[in-house]
Amino acid sequence: MQQYVNHIHRCFRCGYCKFPTHYVEFNCPPYKRFRFDTYSTGGRLWLTRAWLNNEVEWSERLAEILYTCTMCKNCTEQCPMGFAPDIVDWIVGARNDMVEKGKIPPRVAHFFEAVHGYGNPLKLLRSDRAAWANGTKKYARGDDYLLYVGCLGSYDENGQKVARSLVDVLNAAGVSFGILGEDEECCGNEIYMLGEAGLFQVLAEKNINKFKELEAKKVVTLCPHAYNAMKNHYPALGGSFQVYHYTQLLADLIGKGKLKLSSSKAKVTYQDPCFLGRYNQVYEEPRRVLKSIPGIELVEMERSRKDSFCCGGGGGNFVMDLLAGSEESPSRVRVREAHATGADTLAVACPSCLTMLTDAAKSEDLQGKLAVKDIAQIVKESLASEM
Amino acid sequence: MADVYESLVGIVGKNFVSNSKEERYFYARDPGLMPPHEPDYVVMPKTTEEVQQIVKLANRERVPIVPMGGGMALTGLVIPLKGGIVMDMKRMDKILEVNEKARYVVVEGGVPQGMLKEHLKKHHPDLRHSIPESPPITTIAANVVIHGQGRLTQQYGFNSDMVNGLEVVLPTGEICKIGSCAVSPYWFSKGPPMPDLSGLFLGWLGTTGIITKLGLKLYPRKKLKDMEIFVTDNGDLMPDIIYKITQLEVVEDLTPWTQPRPRMFEGNYHVSIFFTGDTEEELEFKRKMVWYGLKEYIDSKDGGFMMIPAELKATFMANPAKSMTNFADVRKGGGFEYSGPIIPTELYPSFVKKAEELAARYRVVQNCSGRVIQGGHCMMFSFAFTFNRADMDEMDRARKALHDAAEYALEKGGVLWKPTIFEQKMMIQRMDPNTLKLMKSIKRLLDPNGIMNPGNWEVN
Repeated sequence: MQQYVNHIHRCFRCGYCKFPTHYVEFNCPPYKRFRFDTYSTGGRLWLTRAWLNNEVEWSERLAEILYTCTMCKNCTEQCPMGFAPDIVDWIVGARNDMVEKGKIPPRVAHFFEAVHGYGNPLKLLRSDRAAWANGTKKYARGDDYLLYVGCLGSYDENGQKVARSLVDVLNAAGVSFGILGEDEECCGNEIYMLGEAGLFQVLAEKNINKFKELEAKKVVTLCPHAYNAMKNHYPALGGSFQVYHYTQLLADLIGKGKLKLSSSKAKVTYQDPCFLGRYNQVYEEPRRVLKSIPGIELVEMERSRKDSFCCGGGGGNFVMDLLAGSEESPSRVRVREAHATGADTLAVACPSCLTMLTDAAKSEDLQGKLAVKDIAQIVKESLASEM
Repeated sequence: MADVYESLVGIVGKNFVSNSKEERYFYARDPGLMPPHEPDYVVMPKTTEEVQQIVKLANRERVPIVPMGGGMALTGLVIPLKGGIVMDMKRMDKILEVNEKARYVVVEGGVPQGMLKEHLKKHHPDLRHSIPESPPITTIAANVVIHGQGRLTQQYGFNSDMVNGLEVVLPTGEICKIGSCAVSPYWFSKGPPMPDLSGLFLGWLGTTGIITKLGLKLYPRKKLKDMEIFVTDNGDLMPDIIYKITQLEVVEDLTPWTQPRPRMFEGNYHVSIFFTGDTEEELEFKRKMVWYGLKEYIDSKDGGFMMIPAELKATFMANPAKSMTNFADVRKGGGFEYSGPIIPTELYPSFVKKAEELAARYRVVQNCSGRVIQGGHCMMFSFAFTFNRADMDEMDRARKALHDAAEYALEKGGVLWKPTIFEQKMMIQRMDPNTLKLMKSIKRLLDPNGIMNPGNWEVN
């Protein structure tokens, strides 16, 4: 990771990273929000290099510039240079350095403290982790899938609704699965992205050990962030499982005719979560699920798939909210874009997106005009008549 | 000076002013080789009125102002040489009007090239503007202020020739309309039939005012486009080849180039020939015209058309040319800069040889490219040298190579495009004294307190 020090000077700050493939709008969330070039990827990399070279001293603003990056990976997608795939690692590397030196913004420190102390960034009791579950069966050896719910699914009001919906849908499909309940640990994805490598390792190993102890082979996640951590980072720590995002499982179940979906008339647009889309190229399955529901018309936003605009919640910002406070905050920009499609529903596949965009719809006075729902909720509703 | 900060906050709001070290560091430099110098403030206005208030403030306090677009000129033109305020214009990003029938657009002073391209593609698919090869974040206003060029320059001249009117905040704070928009709601001309005052601002590198709106000519977007690359190993033939192609009046863009890597390009002179059409027949007709125009070189075995793999063709056709940015990473070092003199096309072969000589002398990697301007009246020639930003010695060698290139270009009769302050001084030394006197008078008249991008075009 620390290899970034030897390469970070290679950024030409050409600014392609500010845009999607087509230059319709700025697609870098912090640049769109703050508009100083310092808040673009080029600014972040040049300032990090200046900090490493002692040309710029650490300041809270410098750290904030580094931490307002939502890790959405648009820069990697758009950067024309050969090092493009490494940019996220460079940002994580710089954050590792700041963490090691104890130079992080207070909100990031609070995030770490919360996860370290409570096992979740919301500072809610570990014993309440399964309060949402309402009797959902715990995973037992022999179950086909371990459903990993994650912190937002476990604690956040919106996330809990998604978790309950998904459980109902999986039950309706006759899937053999179980949850970890109070034994679940934070997946650590945000901790990794925020640069706390040590804490990430602790969290990941706890989950890996639990999965192994239960002999779980297939893990299905509610949240794309957990999906990313378990699919891409857990193997290096000895945790190689078959990892699925729930939309992949639903697409498979629908394809096999295991879910009977009734008509649900709606014009829907879909928000690609960064950790599902750009990080893992899962673009089609969520759309396949939506399209399989009779009566749903799926329309695309101007920026979608690899050009999707982040909700602003990545990199821990769904809690830290470093990009809030403006009509140019990414989530507010995004709900306006969704509304402009004429859709009445903005579908998401991530509890972080759900919370960010639900709040944004309120701020934009779009309540009653644009419903923000997770795909699990939409599928659940289409099952409603049969349940 | 603390009052200046508070006053700026009062004008644009605290979110859009910074005197923090982070912004001062970043806005002190561009990706080229000019030495940095920090501004005291960075400010991002949203409206013409905010620009006006900032300019009035700067006049009162005698604080320099440097207007900035994408900051990609590479020659240090937005480095605040005397500190003061860098005015990042990119929040002024509204596309205000497109008049389809009169084929023009009116944009605010911070609209990026990429956004206008997409706007036209979506809302006015029959129209286009002349897009430069620079990244899409570069702004239309900054491009015309430096007499930039673009994909339509071969046909219609410098991009600044395509300006159809300006709204400018003068250095003394007045908002001034230039062109037909001064007397009419239409933006169809930057001057004629009145005196053309746009020359008081175009080419002045932001030293005579701040463009807050501009009208820009649009041109038909043909449905189809294609390109060919003609190659010869005899560089001396290039001026004739360019002449013969431009004589046909059928090509959209014409860009000669040489480069040592990959090996397949080494030692050869190439010219990329772009053409467009509304039907396959039109495209084929133009292709044949070009082939027949250059047939004699094929017959004499002096040249021929290159087979272009589809992927390479797509790279060449991309506009803006994303791949050009890769030159900055040839040395895995994040840097390149070019000296881009405007020269008669007849000088092209000797300039290529000079670039190769300089690259060898200073042990830097070079790339020569050019763009024929308006039918071959002249061309832009780029002496481009890449460097590793982490290698001070290589940066210094690249700097020397660029300096020698500029000296050579002037000696041979070229005129330096978007010149660094050092190159401006070289030109001023050679300039006709009465021209210099006129420039000085204009500058004094417009900017009596010398607040606009001081250090540039400093003719005192």
